[in-house]
Amino acid sequence: MISEVSIQSLALSRGGRQLFSRLILRLGAGEAVALTGRNGAGKTSLLRAIAGLIAPDEGVIAFGDIDPTEAREAMHLLGHLDGLKSSRTARDELSFWTGFAGGADSAVEAAAARLELLPLLELEVRRLSAGQRRRLALARLLAAPRPLWLLDEPLSPLDAEWRTRFGEIMGEHLATGGMILAAVHDPLPLAARTVEIGR
Amino acid sequence: MSAVSVLLARETALAWGKGGGPMVAVGFYAGVATLLPLAVGSEPERLAAIAPGAAWVALALAALLSLDRLFERDYEDGALDLLTLSPVPLEIICAVKCLAQWLATGLPLACAAPVAAIALGASPQLSGLVIACALLGGLAFSFMGGIGAALSLGARRGGLLTAVIVLPLFVPPVIFGGGALASLEAGLPWKAGFALLGAYGAAAVALGPIAMAAACRNALS
Repeated sequence: MISEVSIQSLALSRGGRQLFSRLILRLGAGEAVALTGRNGAGKTSLLRAIAGLIAPDEGVIAFGDIDPTEAREAMHLLGHLDGLKSSRTARDELSFWTGFAGGADSAVEAAAARLELLPLLELEVRRLSAGQRRRLALARLLAAPRPLWLLDEPLSPLDAEWRTRFGEIMGEHLATGGMILAAVHDPLPLAARTVEIGR
Repeated sequence: MSAVSVLLARETALAWGKGGGPMVAVGFYAGVATLLPLAVGSEPERLAAIAPGAAWVALALAALLSLDRLFERDYEDGALDLLTLSPVPLEIICAVKCLAQWLATGLPLACAAPVAAIALGASPQLSGLVIACALLGGLAFSFMGGIGAALSLGARRGGLLTAVIVLPLFVPPVIFGGGALASLEAGLPWKAGFALLGAYGAAAVALGPIAMAAACRNALS
């Protein structure tokens, strides 16, 4: 399991335009980093590069002595595209993503209970509100524990109460040695180092 | 390995699910098989002569139908991103998706194929070979078709592009399968055509996922 992420002089470009260069970032066990920056600064692209979906122009993304392909199975990516099929029930989708990410079946109920999704589990995903849908996506992170959470605007559809409660959940994740890298516009509801992206 | 089995279960459920899947493919197949005699004339001798080939071409067209949904849905809703974050290699994920597509459309089409062939006037003795060819050919259609579906990811009107990419790849199985059927009907040796169809199917299953995974990675990056 990975316990650090270190990014050395990273340069990323999208569509022929360089987003940033010489980015240095280190994230250790139990740490949370809030990535800020204007729209289009490259926050999402940085998360996708860490997830191995985008190849950087230059620089290195290392996960301690763990091979990058192996490290990918130790991370959760949560973006505005949540990968949930609107025609399937919340339970089907949650248990699929839990099982696929290596979580136990029994963890599905516990995670759903934690995010107060139990009464919604038999509904099709399309019937859920944006906030409920986001909570369903978050339940996946709890049901299949992985050390590194890459969160892209995790708070945006959540109401004030759930932002606080998600702060508690993130705090617990950090307390167990987890790592969080979150692209945000609003401050994270827990103590986090802030790194501004963009030149 | 459990990740692979849950993926197969989900992909099959999605492929069987609403708004597509076996009923649409079989319905389309029946439609094409019905249109043909209206176009070429309904004299039994003429129809019987083209029946196996016609059933076979209709099969290739029906296999095209659900291909555009193979990767597009997962690409659009972000599921493809998440699928890559797993111990399962993307090549295996692509193979599982194609296998599920074959289970949901290839298998039902293979069951419908002899019915269509007989309805067009093919001799019922052909049925066994028609089913065998449809099963093997369907596998080739799914795995070769997946390459087109993956390559057209992100393109507007990807379904149309998929068809244009994929139809040339369908030429060999149509030739081999149609050849085997025509040979059997004419009382000639048919095993060579069938073996070539099997070889093409095996090559598609072995090489298709590599190409699909590369195309998916390219679309995601």
